[in-house]
Amino acid sequence: MQSVVLLKNVNKSFGSAGRPTTVALKDINLEIGPREFISLIGPSGCGKSTLLRTIGDLIEVTSGELLVNGKPARQARINREYGMVFQAPVLFEWRTVLKNVELPLEIMGVPKTERTQRARAMLKLVELQNFERHYPWQLSGGMQQRVAIARALAFRPELLLMDEPFGALDEITRERMNAELLRIWQETQTTVVFVTHSIPEAVFLSTRVVVMSARPGRISDIIPIDLPYPRNVETREHPHFFELVTTVREALRKGEEMRET
Amino acid sequence: MITGALRFQRYAPPLIVFFAVIVLWEVLVDLLNIQRFLLPAPSVILEAFFRTFSTIMSSAAYTIRSAVIGFLIGAGTGILVALATARWTTIREGLMPFAIALNSVPIIAFAPIMNNWFGSTNPMSKIMIVAIITFFPMMINMVRGLTLVEPAKLELMHSYATAPFEVLTKVRIPNSLPYLFNALKVCSTLALIGAIVGEYFGGPRESLGVYILQEAQLFRFDNAWAAIIISALLGIAFYLIILAAERVAIPWHVSVEKR
Repeated sequence: MQSVVLLKNVNKSFGSAGRPTTVALKDINLEIGPREFISLIGPSGCGKSTLLRTIGDLIEVTSGELLVNGKPARQARINREYGMVFQAPVLFEWRTVLKNVELPLEIMGVPKTERTQRARAMLKLVELQNFERHYPWQLSGGMQQRVAIARALAFRPELLLMDEPFGALDEITRERMNAELLRIWQETQTTVVFVTHSIPEAVFLSTRVVVMSARPGRISDIIPIDLPYPRNVETREHPHFFELVTTVREALRKGEEMRET
Repeated sequence: MITGALRFQRYAPPLIVFFAVIVLWEVLVDLLNIQRFLLPAPSVILEAFFRTFSTIMSSAAYTIRSAVIGFLIGAGTGILVALATARWTTIREGLMPFAIALNSVPIIAFAPIMNNWFGSTNPMSKIMIVAIITFFPMMINMVRGLTLVEPAKLELMHSYATAPFEVLTKVRIPNSLPYLFNALKVCSTLALIGAIVGEYFGGPRESLGVYILQEAQLFRFDNAWAAIIISALLGIAFYLIILAAERVAIPWHVSVEKR
């Protein structure tokens, strides 16, 4: 089976002439298969967002091979093969909720009736069907982020890239959004790469958790999450859930220690 | 829903202040025995207002025409130049410092030059002053609106591999609309100031500026004040038209919603 994302010896350094370069990513090797849910977790400055952005071709790699659906990342972007969700919802204030979700479809030239139909279906998926005529400022933060997810899914991308999408939400809303995202992921059969700071979030959502460490940014461990589905509120209280949270936490600590020695 | 009582609560304070000032003015002029040529009482001005209304309005028609045509030319060119700079960044980098510098120049000082170039009774002399006065704030604000776009929005459009022209029409132009309307509001006031003050430096007999000047020189201050009130009302009317257009054009904007 073809991998959705393939990274081979990927390096990324930032810097300009005359200044020391910062190695943001060092020797990244990672293969992500179809229908996986991968979380990237690590301390600030470990390059998890940079890694996500290189996959999305918002940043170019310095060296190494990076393929999305078997193509260079740039080609995958031009073919519109992935959807992107940022930490902020990034909604367009002048568009209603429905028009926001329609935006990528509009750019891709989908006929009007079809794009309205598809946008409505996506709003139903994120349970905002009654808000299609609202403007973004009329919605709460969690609802705005759901609109952003609906927008990212509207053109049915095979890959969803999410950069700390729930980072700005309170704990209760975040847990609810986690459950919803998991449901959406199962319904849409999308591959997800998800950047987060939160260990429980990563464990709850993922099929595998990729642990990263800083200076230079690298992958220090990959932990498979074998929690059964459907995952729900009880999952979070299951002893095995806590075991996995501990495993990830120890992997994070080990990654930190490796740096100091 | 704004109920009648709420509406009253909102509008009552300014109305009370307005009438208090008028009454105070009237009483003080009477008590202190202020000479008519220094400051006429409101009742005298009001009487002059109704007596001279049709005369003033026929003069005002000329001034309004200069102001509106100049405004359309100035604001229109400002918008077009701003759009051009959004497309060609080098133009923007070359023009913006000069635009910002020229915007702080009191353009009205050029009025005598314009009268010399076009002739003081030629409407073009006033239209050009108004066009220049309104051009700079319009262009500067519009450029800001087109360029001060949230970076994440542009990144999102990049992730959709959006063509630059579509980024302009779908992101930059809608983003600039609140800036555009703010500039239009400023320009509406500037246009009237430009037209009237331009006429102070010479203009046809039937114009608001010349009328005010002439009545003041003839010590008919009640008539001059009446004309000043009409120019104030015109300024407010102009502003309200822009405000109404804004409400229709950008109903999504906070400045519209919060009112």
